[in-house]
Order: sequence, then C-alpha cells, then structure tokens
Amino acid sequence: MNEVSERYSQIIESEQAMVAWASQFSSLISAPCQIHLMGNLGAGKTTLVRGILAGLAYSGLVQSPTYTLIEPYETKLGTVYHMDLYRLGSGEELEYLGIRDIDGEKAICLIEWPEKGQGYLPPFDLEIHLEVQRHKRLLGMSSVSSKGSQMIQRLNQAGLQSND
Amino acid sequence: MRVLGIESSCDETGVALFDTDNGLVAHRLYSQIEIHAEYGGVVPELASRDHIRKTLPLIQQVLDDASMSVDQLDGIAYTQGPGLIGALLVGSAIGRSMAWALNIPAVAVHHMEGHLLAPMLEENPPEFPFVALLVSGGHTLLVDVKGVGRYTILGESVDDAVGEAFDKTAKLLGLSYPGGPALAKLAESGKQGRFKFPRPMTNRPGLNFSFSGLKTFALNTIQDHSKESRAPYNLDLQTQADIAYAFQEAAVDTLLIKSCRAMAETKYQRLIVAGGVGANESLRQNLNLKAKKLDFEVYYPRAEFCTDNGAMIAYAGSLRLAAGHTEPPIIKGMPRWRLEDLDAI
Repeated sequence: MNEVSERYSQIIESEQAMVAWASQFSSLISAPCQIHLMGNLGAGKTTLVRGILAGLAYSGLVQSPTYTLIEPYETKLGTVYHMDLYRLGSGEELEYLGIRDIDGEKAICLIEWPEKGQGYLPPFDLEIHLEVQRHKRLLGMSSVSSKGSQMIQRLNQAGLQSND
Repeated sequence: MRVLGIESSCDETGVALFDTDNGLVAHRLYSQIEIHAEYGGVVPELASRDHIRKTLPLIQQVLDDASMSVDQLDGIAYTQGPGLIGALLVGSAIGRSMAWALNIPAVAVHHMEGHLLAPMLEENPPEFPFVALLVSGGHTLLVDVKGVGRYTILGESVDDAVGEAFDKTAKLLGLSYPGGPALAKLAESGKQGRFKFPRPMTNRPGLNFSFSGLKTFALNTIQDHSKESRAPYNLDLQTQADIAYAFQEAAVDTLLIKSCRAMAETKYQRLIVAGGVGANESLRQNLNLKAKKLDFEVYYPRAEFCTDNGAMIAYAGSLRLAAGHTEPPIIKGMPRWRLEDLDAI
C-alpha cells in the first residue's frame, strides 16, 4: 500500500538560513533514516547536510564528499553517512563502495545525487529538492514512507514555517 | 636500492623506478581522462577496472625503459591511501603481491606524502623545514613539514577542495571535463575588474580555506548574466571568460593570502607547492612575485609531477624502506588517512 505523501516547502534566503533551517530540522530525525537530496551543482545540498550535522552536535569539518563519495560522521544519533553519488557511472558501483556494510537498521544516510544510484539504494523516507531561484533556494520536501510522513507532519507542527 | 613505485589512488595509473644511488631511472603514466570525460568526472568503478588493465603493462614498460628485470628490484612502494577504495586496492594488491612473490620488502605510501616530497625529485631540492601547499581536486592543505613523516596540518578546506571548485565552476560555465585546466585557459581571455569574487575566510585569522562559497558566487553571477534562468546556462563568450577570470583570480588570491600567512607564522624560508592545481600558471606567477617581495623561496615539482604520478611514490617509498619501514603481507586500502598519523623517519 502506498503511503499518503506529505509535502512541505520553504524559501531559503541565504546560506546561513539554510544551515539554521537544517539544524532545526535535524531534531526531527531519528535512526534509521534515509534522506535523498536532489538539486543542481551549487544548490546547497552539502550546506544542508552541514546544518543537519551541526544540529546533531557534530562539531568537526564537513568536507565535500565528491572526492571520497562517502563520509561517515559520529553524532549523538549514531553514525550519519553523507554520500555523494555524482560520480557514479551506474548504481552497481555502490556495491564496490561498501554500501552493504552500512547497517540499515541503525544508520542515518543523507544521499546527494541518489538518481545515480537508482535500483541499488535501500528504501528511503524523505526526498528533499533544492531549486536555485536566483540568490535564494526553494526547498521542497516529500515523504515516501510513513516515517517520512510523520516527520513532515511534525515539521509543520513544530512551526518551521511552510509556504504550503 | 631500486624501488618500484605504483600510484593508483584516483584516475591516473603511475609507475616509476627510483634508485637511491642514481635517482629517478624511469617513469610512465597512463591517464584515464578520456574514459571519464564523457561522464564529466571520475567514475570510480571504471577507474578500478582500468587500473587493473594498465598497471602490469606499465610495470613492464618501466622495467624495459630501465633495461632491468623484476629480480633486480630491491623493494616495492604503492599508494595505500587516501583515495578511492577500489582504485587503491588495485595498486595495493599488485604491489604487495609482487613483493611477496619476489621476496622483497614492500612499503605503503601516503598519497599526500608523495605529493609533498615530489619537489625533492628536482635539481636544487628544498631543505627541511618548509611549508607545503597541497592543492588538488581532492585536497587543499597547508602543512608544516619538519622532516619526512613530521607533518602538522596548519590549514585545510572546510568544504570543497580548490580543484573541485575549479572543476564544478567549469561545469557551471559549460566547459568539458577536466574543467580546471579548461577554466584556466578560458580565463586568459577574461577581462580584469568586470567581476569581483569574494576571498573566502581571508578577513579573519586562521589558515583554513573554504571554496564552496566561491562556486555558489559563480553560480549566482552566471544566473545574473545568463539568457536562460535554468541550467544549461547561456552566456556570451566574453562574459564566460570574465567569470572564469574572476573566479580564478579569487581562488589564486585566497591560496596566496593563506600561504603567505603560513610563511609568516612558521617563519620558514621555503614554500613548496604540489598537487594538480600547483600546475596552474596564474598561481605560479603570483606566488613567485609574492615570494620575491616577502623574501622566501618557492619550489615546484615539474608540471608532470604536480599531478598524480608513480615517481613521487617510488621516491617516498625509497626513503621509508631505507629507514626500515615495511608493510606486512596484507592487502588493504585506506580511503581516509590523516597525513599527521604517519610515522617520522
């Protein structure tokens, strides 16, 4: 049975606003959780991840994972995996990156360019779209699991302002 | 001592032979650029498969170039990290197994140590201590180098590596892979002063870098001047060149400011620059001017040893083997490996 998809959207005014929004949003995340991040080069995907990690009390560097493809971070919710699949030729390559070694029961995964890993990624909860609108960003979110739907419902209740 | 070096951490397969008595004897490089160009970047699994195809023939060619046979080798060095795990495992498996079969010692080399020792392969090598500016698609580091294995990271990028920012900005400008050199070429016809990009993190103390914001600034500038509001953007040629110019100017200036700050803090007399971005002409010209003004020496490896190569691995490996460092017969790759975790020799 398909879950009823919940939606949320928000205009983000600046990089600082993106970090602040993501940091607040992180309080709704619990393990396990799979979030897909979509958006073009420079849309702010890694900035959003940086905000989430800051919200989860990770204080170290959050470097771009474009070179290493996958970066693990130890946070108060356990290991958060930040992945960038931009360079994958096919989803099959995920097998070579040790994606099976990630414990799906516990892990939080934030995945950039998930479309490049299609067919090889585990089921996910939320999809976040970042659209470049001149100097601002339109953040759109939709759920694809009941967990994801609950997160969006709580997001709306928590008063993280939505334009819907 | 004759040491074979194997480099396979990313998209270049490099093999070289270094002799501690006679210096660099032979070196060969196979670049995978054409394979990855159609994907717009390095494809990890393709890279691994290509390393498998190329490494053994390259080893044979290098031995032929040196008129030597494998049983004249005294040791084998290979890149164990950091880099792409699949690619690293190819070089590690071949290097470690060959040493096992030949019953000679093997040593695992840190890719960035290879880079920062690369200027030692030139005539007039720098003496220790020095500051190393390591700039590539995967790294942006300022390192205090007191000796081999005695490294302290003074600063690093908090987000994108500088080469990554070059490549991604090039992509936004519609240039083909590899974007960095293409952007630098385009910048030659750009006009100074039309656009002014920020110099991230230069107006506060510290030696860390940030290049992600420069990419975003480029994106905003491109959008402001594009005939299309969405990608693919449409710029007139002069605007495209002017943006490339302003981006490169800001990136180079940022590297310059931080490097000079590191020189002032350490009070060292020597700076070495290595890594793919170290071949950038604008960076070299501006650094040379600054060095003259501030009275310090700058050292670069020749351009072909700025990018990934086997020579730097053979050389770094020879120093470690001579100091008695060896790797047990276990094949492994270390995609994440801190330069500061190395042992001093």
